[in-house]
Amino acid sequence: MSILINKDTPVLILGFTGRIGSFHAQEMMEYGTNVVGGVTPGKGGTTHLGLPVFNTIKGAVAETGAEVAIAFVPPPFAADALMEAADAGIKTTVCIADGIPAQDMIRVKRFMRRYKAEKRMRLIGPNCAGIITPGEAFAGLMPPHIYLPGRVGIIGRSGTLGYEAASQMKEFGIGVSSSIGIGGDPINGSSFRDILELFENDPDTDAVVLVGEIGGPQEAEAAEYIRDHMTKPVAAYIAGLSAPKGRTMGHAGAIVQAFGESAQEKVVILKDAGVTIVPTPSAFGETVKEMLG
Amino acid sequence: MDIHEYQAKNLLAKFGVAVPRGGIAYSPEQAAYRCQEIGGDRWVVKAQIHSGARGKAGGVRVCSSESEVLDAAEFMLGRKLVTHQTGPGGKLVGRLYVEEASDIAQEIYLGFVLDRTEERVVVVASAAGGMEIEQISEEHPDTLIRSVVDPAVGMEPFQAREIAFSLGLDAGMIPQAVKTIIGCYKAFRDLDATMVEINPLVVTGAGDIVALDAKMSFDDNALFRRPEISELRDKSQEDQRETYANDRGLNYIGLEGKIGCIVNGAGLAMATLDMIKMAGGEPANFLDVGGGASPERVLKSFRAVLNDPEVEAILVNIFAGINRCDWIAEGVVRAVQELELKIPLVVRLSGTNFEEGQKILDDSGLNIVTAGSLAEAADKVVSAWKAGA
Repeated sequence: MSILINKDTPVLILGFTGRIGSFHAQEMMEYGTNVVGGVTPGKGGTTHLGLPVFNTIKGAVAETGAEVAIAFVPPPFAADALMEAADAGIKTTVCIADGIPAQDMIRVKRFMRRYKAEKRMRLIGPNCAGIITPGEAFAGLMPPHIYLPGRVGIIGRSGTLGYEAASQMKEFGIGVSSSIGIGGDPINGSSFRDILELFENDPDTDAVVLVGEIGGPQEAEAAEYIRDHMTKPVAAYIAGLSAPKGRTMGHAGAIVQAFGESAQEKVVILKDAGVTIVPTPSAFGETVKEMLG
Repeated sequence: MDIHEYQAKNLLAKFGVAVPRGGIAYSPEQAAYRCQEIGGDRWVVKAQIHSGARGKAGGVRVCSSESEVLDAAEFMLGRKLVTHQTGPGGKLVGRLYVEEASDIAQEIYLGFVLDRTEERVVVVASAAGGMEIEQISEEHPDTLIRSVVDPAVGMEPFQAREIAFSLGLDAGMIPQAVKTIIGCYKAFRDLDATMVEINPLVVTGAGDIVALDAKMSFDDNALFRRPEISELRDKSQEDQRETYANDRGLNYIGLEGKIGCIVNGAGLAMATLDMIKMAGGEPANFLDVGGGASPERVLKSFRAVLNDPEVEAILVNIFAGINRCDWIAEGVVRAVQELELKIPLVVRLSGTNFEEGQKILDDSGLNIVTAGSLAEAADKVVSAWKAGA
């Protein structure tokens, strides 16, 4: 087991025939991901990379039984693609796009509530690096070879900082069950708390590493969940200790606007909830090793 | 993106929000002419900078004659105003707004924000207006009124009515208050704002409801579909280093230190700044070079970092996923040669095509210090900087 994706999961590529979609689809297939086809409106009925192309997500799901979709759709059109995926019955959609207007994301989240909880799509991202179950499959942009298969889950806002964590852990011989990028936008599909719950219930995950940053309420919300519900140990790093207040640090969501949103405050909140703090971004490996004992 | 008060007032007026009569002025003479245009015998001259708390910094003056207006304008124009929001450098006053003075009976706070917990637009109001929202939350938390808007249907009149009645307004003023609140919400939604703040919204002696000040910020990610908002950008209010870099498509934020940074990914960039600080240095900037960075883009990044004369050492930290270390290394080598780099440079490469990248750096014969890990890179750049300083 693992969470959200494994070697058998049928994966659909949205924005399949574009340059970026093609490139990453190929990388994913080479790694062993079960890519079953893609969607590009207007190119339905053709084949691309030896796989069928569909006009609509609904059509693709009916033909291929796709469960996970990954969207390589430019920001202005991404919200529409996400709502189409939600309506087509995709279980999990990963959205890579960086630059979706916040009000579009508000609309997407509101739209998803039309569906009953058990039929509601899980959205990962936007503005994220994707999801990977090392040794099996991935839907994202990450360099998959930096992950050693294993039993520690990773959840991160930042892609590259997540790579940093995974590669340091690999040096210490610590493997990853699944790694999930939740993205750097102010309004995102899945929160730290949502993914922590999946790892808590995953028999193949023993511990979790959380890679957070300044801005927003989701690290504090995660702390509360960890304190009240997690039985597995959690280590966390929060980026942005030196970030000035009120400035957007690259990620649209990385801005300190309210109490409890600075890195210092988040570290205290997580520590109080029993989380092991990774003191510097180069101490992921040793901290996780020590925590696992 | 932030805009000026007068720009926000012009936008909000189109959505039915009442604002005092006023006009823009770029010179003292123009300011005096505005007084004649507006009429009356009391005016307020307001410095237009992207910051609140202008009053305390001398940027707002009430005048009772044209000569006072001339004096006020002469004092403010060309001056840098320092507030707690501008940083120590202050912000340049390039234009003034002259408006009729209002007869204030009551001051109200009215704000609209994107709430990240609710994932919706939230309206915040308080009868204790005129002070900053942080101060209201601390000193008068019981006066705060919150209302959440459902994005599927937008703001309904009853919600605005509830807010208006909670503010303690007289029955006769309710329709105008509702019009103001709904107008602000519509402006927020239709223009892709991230913040609308009217502080104070005043009740005048005559019982009118008028926006005395107005602040709006916009979602940078939505500017592609809001050309009328993009036009309102005032580069004189920005850090000039940031203007230079952002105009060249780079994600750059100017800081106060001496060590320039070029990193890929916002999270890793923030973490790199943290590491430099922990190693005893101070970062000069945040720069996310982005995914799939070409050698040209790396070269551009070096130009942006070196555009800050305070920079005395540079750290390049790349963990390549969609990036390629060989392209980055090519860019680094070109930058050192073409820009004749004289300050210490430390490069840490990891991820995709790492070996090829490392080889390009090694074979270049240039004075480039390489590092295997983030900790090593930070230590090396800080000690190289200290040795050179």
